[in-house]
Amino acid sequence: MEYFLQQVINGLTLGAIYGLIAIGYTMVYGIIGMINFAHGDIFMIGAFISLMGFLLLGLLGVGWLPLTLLIVLIASMMLTAAYGWTVERLAYRPLRGSFRLAPLISAIGMSLFLQNYVQLLQGARAKPLPPVIEGGFELMRRPDGFTATISYLQILIILLTVVLMIAFTFLIQRTSLGRQQRSCEQDKTMAALIGVNVDRTISITFVMGAALAAVAGLVYLMRYGVIDFFEGFLVGIKAFTAAVLGGIGSLPGAMLGGLLIGMIEALWSGYFSVQYKDVAVFGVLVLVLIFRPSGLLGKPEIEKV
Amino acid sequence: MAAVQRPSMDDVLPRVGREAALAGLVTLALTATMVGLHTVPGAQSRLTLEFRFGDVLMAVVLVFFGRMALAFTREGFPAYGLGIGVLIVAGSLLYPGLPTVVEIMGVGAGAIVGINAVWRLARPMRPDRPPPKTSAQLMDDVAAWVQRQSVVIGVVGVAFAIALPFLFPDRSSIDLATLVMTYIMLGWGLNIVVGLAGLLDLGYVAFYAVGAYSYGLLAQYFDFSFWLCLPLAGLLAAFAGLILGFPVLRLRGDYFAIVTLGFGEIIRVVLQNWSSFTGGPDGIASIPRPSFFGIAEFTSAPEADGLPSFHTLFGLEFTPLHRLIFLYYLILILALVVNAVSLRIRRLPLGRSWEALREDDVACQSLGINRRNIKLAAFTISAMFGGFAGSFFATRQGFISPESFTFIESAIVLAIVVLGGMGSQTGVVLAAILIIGMPELFRELEEYRMLIFGAAMVIIMVWRPRGLLAHRVPTVTLHGGRRKGGPSPGQRPEQVPAE
Repeated sequence: MEYFLQQVINGLTLGAIYGLIAIGYTMVYGIIGMINFAHGDIFMIGAFISLMGFLLLGLLGVGWLPLTLLIVLIASMMLTAAYGWTVERLAYRPLRGSFRLAPLISAIGMSLFLQNYVQLLQGARAKPLPPVIEGGFELMRRPDGFTATISYLQILIILLTVVLMIAFTFLIQRTSLGRQQRSCEQDKTMAALIGVNVDRTISITFVMGAALAAVAGLVYLMRYGVIDFFEGFLVGIKAFTAAVLGGIGSLPGAMLGGLLIGMIEALWSGYFSVQYKDVAVFGVLVLVLIFRPSGLLGKPEIEKV
Repeated sequence: MAAVQRPSMDDVLPRVGREAALAGLVTLALTATMVGLHTVPGAQSRLTLEFRFGDVLMAVVLVFFGRMALAFTREGFPAYGLGIGVLIVAGSLLYPGLPTVVEIMGVGAGAIVGINAVWRLARPMRPDRPPPKTSAQLMDDVAAWVQRQSVVIGVVGVAFAIALPFLFPDRSSIDLATLVMTYIMLGWGLNIVVGLAGLLDLGYVAFYAVGAYSYGLLAQYFDFSFWLCLPLAGLLAAFAGLILGFPVLRLRGDYFAIVTLGFGEIIRVVLQNWSSFTGGPDGIASIPRPSFFGIAEFTSAPEADGLPSFHTLFGLEFTPLHRLIFLYYLILILALVVNAVSLRIRRLPLGRSWEALREDDVACQSLGINRRNIKLAAFTISAMFGGFAGSFFATRQGFISPESFTFIESAIVLAIVVLGGMGSQTGVVLAAILIIGMPELFRELEEYRMLIFGAAMVIIMVWRPRGLLAHRVPTVTLHGGRRKGGPSPGQRPEQVPAE
């Protein structure tokens, strides 16, 4: 029971991270119908920028933790968003209206480029970060001494994710920006006719996705304490699996899928084998795509001619 | 049409300035952290930072002026663009103490904006003339020419490939040629799925791995010879293709791509973790080398395992090159078989269905073509060729491990197909020579290889989404692709030929 509880808590935390990344995939897919293969690498860049933020503030002698976190969070979101914007502008916008697989191939090229860009500039070694937030609550203790704990960091991750989700839902549902995005999602030509700047709206979608990926990168770095240039590939694919599982194009679906994938991964590692956890996630991806391509909360897609 | 008025400098300058400033600002945001701060190991195994703000400044300056030159050219002042381009080149060359990489980037960027400006200077936009051909259209002409001359190019290419071991009889050249030829074979194999059937397969390396491990494991456990395993490896890979393909082929294009990627990773993770059977991350070592068609062995001793050695059989002087040359010819033959098969299949109903499927799969289905079966055929045939290439890889290396079958490998093969031009057999050769051969020749660029590679994929997609030498004339057309008696009355002439 204690062991199960611990795995559930770990799964929730991991799932929150996947969910944050999955939103970037799902929004981009919803609006321009492409898989942004480089999104995992945007997440990795977000983690790297967060790492540099912590180191820089450490050198400058900013000691107060909440201030450090806030500065790193905002800086990382803004600077990673710049990457998201640039990637869209350079690699995807010129391909709008090109044949179907062109943006995906371009995205794969972008992903390779970003990985090697970071590797060249920062080195291939994994970069460690000492724990930023330590301590936690003890929830349950088994007679043999095993305790289920929830760390302050895990609480922070879950809280941060919930707050961001609420803010994000509000943004999409209630603001004019969100209405523009939803209109572009439905029909880009019509949206352009009634005065929506479609290119700008798509850019903003990439910027928002990248900012959320930066948050995921920040909390991932704090939780696992290490990041390397290749980390984005696997995490990105798992987050994509989460987006597909929840129903690609659906925002609540992305969050739900993220939580489920996080749970599956944590419980699989806890009870079966750690080595095959990636196979488990890929297996879920294959099964979902074969049996329910529209995902849990997605609408079935009608093939237009 | 109204006379084109030359825009005045006063109008253009603020616009150009704003654009260049914005580009510079974005560059600053991108590079301030990633380039400007360098994480290095410090005391007590903690990281610390080094500052490289000079590099950030150079990047910002370069982007600012580069963008400015492009904007001037676009707005009708190509002379300014050319001037700035020349300044960038001169600055990069003359400024003392620049790192070589920065120098190369500066000269490259300056040259590009300069050429762009010269292009506009040489062929000014005039309303009374048809617009000058764009670079993409020019490349189209090149691709069409290559396709028309494909027989000549093919014969010359094959003759050169056959003569190569005698022209460059040294170990490193033959090794490089064998490597390039392996990738040409993989590229041609993948071209069936990607170029002909239009399915994006991101897990081609899975079949390569199946082929390699088939031979490795059969040789290890049952002592099978290479000549027995080669067809078996192809069969097993084709079977793997059939099993994997069956459930996923009804998925749409990009889902299909991700699922094949997933399969590729699953196979790799299984190979890595099933240590008792596959040797895990250590892989399989000392895989036997092939004999000369079971007649002779490539050994220095005159006789081994009851077989005579190659040099005694043919009365030659012994040299270790014999085996290498034999391996090179082996992969050359395998590759040519793949090429011949795919060229023939293109003329069969199956190949025509693939091309129809690539062009429009809904229309294809409504014509009564069974989409799933022909996709499955493409997938299986291409998997079989991947398996052949894999068993060749195993016997050439003598050692295989899951490390050799990562996603990067799939991406390299895909890049060869995509950059060369989807569906173009010549394009695959060109791209394989560029992508595999070039980095081997320029060793010092090795660490930039994957970076250039990713950038090239993006640039080629933006410039020519169908690939460098792609020229999409269908293999089979009605009336031989040309209507007799010239264009029919209702049609404008340019609509009639080719496509």
